[in-house]
Amino acid sequence: MEQLYQEIILDHYKHPRNKSEIPKQDVQADEENPMCGDRIMLAVDVQGDVIQRIRFDGKGCAISQASASIMTEQLQGKTIAEASALIEKFVAIMRGEKSITQSENEEWLSLSGVRKFPLRVKCATLSWRGMQKVLAAQ
Amino acid sequence: MSEAPFDVAKVRQDFPILHQQIYGNKPLVYLDNAATSQKPQVVIDSLIEYYSCYNANVHRALHYLGEQATARYEAVREKVATFIGAHSPESILFTRGTTEGINLVAYTWAKEHIQAGDEIIVTGMEHHSNLVPWQLCAERTGAKLKLLPVFADGTLDLFALRGVLSERTRLVAVTHMSNVLGTVNDVREIARLAHDAGAAVLIDAAQSVPHMPVNMQELGADFLVFSGHKCCGPTGVGILAVKPDRFEDMPPFMGGGEMISRVGDLESTWAEVPYKFEAGTPNIADVIGLGVALDYLTEVGMEKIQSYEKQLTDYLIQELRSIPHLQIFGAAKERGGAVSFALEDVHPHDLSQYVDQQGIAIRAGHLCAQPLMRRLGVPAVSRASVYFYNTTEEIDRLKEAIIKAQQFFDHG
Repeated sequence: MEQLYQEIILDHYKHPRNKSEIPKQDVQADEENPMCGDRIMLAVDVQGDVIQRIRFDGKGCAISQASASIMTEQLQGKTIAEASALIEKFVAIMRGEKSITQSENEEWLSLSGVRKFPLRVKCATLSWRGMQKVLAAQ
Repeated sequence: MSEAPFDVAKVRQDFPILHQQIYGNKPLVYLDNAATSQKPQVVIDSLIEYYSCYNANVHRALHYLGEQATARYEAVREKVATFIGAHSPESILFTRGTTEGINLVAYTWAKEHIQAGDEIIVTGMEHHSNLVPWQLCAERTGAKLKLLPVFADGTLDLFALRGVLSERTRLVAVTHMSNVLGTVNDVREIARLAHDAGAAVLIDAAQSVPHMPVNMQELGADFLVFSGHKCCGPTGVGILAVKPDRFEDMPPFMGGGEMISRVGDLESTWAEVPYKFEAGTPNIADVIGLGVALDYLTEVGMEKIQSYEKQLTDYLIQELRSIPHLQIFGAAKERGGAVSFALEDVHPHDLSQYVDQQGIAIRAGHLCAQPLMRRLGVPAVSRASVYFYNTTEEIDRLKEAIIKAQQFFDHG
């Protein structure tokens, strides 16, 4: 079990970072996975070229919620270009198109357990894809 | 049928796949039988025997192997007809599965019998395979599709059916047993009401044929469909049984070899039923395997299977009910062994993955019934579904794993 739901994932699931209710008018991305009902909403504050703050709200499985929490922590403070590159790399790793080494950050390592379960890849990438849309609209 | 009492330990010996440990040392518990059943050794052997001893194309070959293959293949029609109480061996069509059988009716019979302004009735608890073909059919023909409502307890509103049936109703397509709720519908009464209104009746028996004695003529079905792989047979073979008078006016489904009588340069005439609907080289090995599976089930005894599974299902529901923060969907009195449920704080996918790591296979998701999920107000559920080789000990292990999962994912 510990293979897929590692400490890190459970920690982010049980104690999500940057999660709060987002007023309707502030929602910049609203991503849903109709297959399992996961939902992630994002509000992103970009100043100049830099992502200052990301808030998320949503419901769903442990993987989708933990991944959103991890995403907010890792992309805050990054430039749009840096964040876009990270998102692309993250999605490619989760889809198994790119390998992951032990030297990657441990959050990604723990999430990469989904690669064995194609159904769960969408759970892990849902928030990252939402973020991609928000950045593309900047 | 044998007169010996049902012995689960003995039947388990017939299923080699059940006797393994996964993830190192976890004995496999298979509770996803509504998705597909496991196969007894005799069925597995029959496939090997076919390919090892008498593989040949059917109906055409004038040689020893061809005759063997044809005789065994054709004998299955009679076995199936007997097993489901169909009108005759000729009324049995081999398909790839339930889905293909329903589509065959939706493309052929419907073409001649459903027109713009006509009505097709399905229910709010259909599997997508008995809903989407009728959505497409309605789109093609201009007919209107109506959904019969489902009560909160998981039963159908037959009073509403009386109201919704009219002289425009051409077909009522209904599941015999819900793959989500386990509800066994009173299809005999539904067929009676439909026939009174002049409509034909299609029964999706994918979930009932494996688990209980089914008699198509007693139920009053015009069309009855099921899949081989859910009743101990191989994948890739299913049955569409047609009441003989419904064959009239049914145009062919797919064109090709096997289904023709005379082929001209520009037009052709068709073979007699059932061959008219079976274009191309059929799934010979798996049809033969299905015949062996039905013989096996008959040997075990469908009444015994039904009564053992009732005990098992009662026990499963009782044990699930004793788990806090767990909701079971569907409370029909007449029901089978597919039991869907949700936990307050654990997503169905998380639960299914967690219990899998304990060696237990259950299903999670929308179970190919999105309209019903909306009716239940959940995006997804977990489902445990039993077959006659499951035991109460296995249900105990499921319960234990669910409780552990609740602790594991507890927000605290």
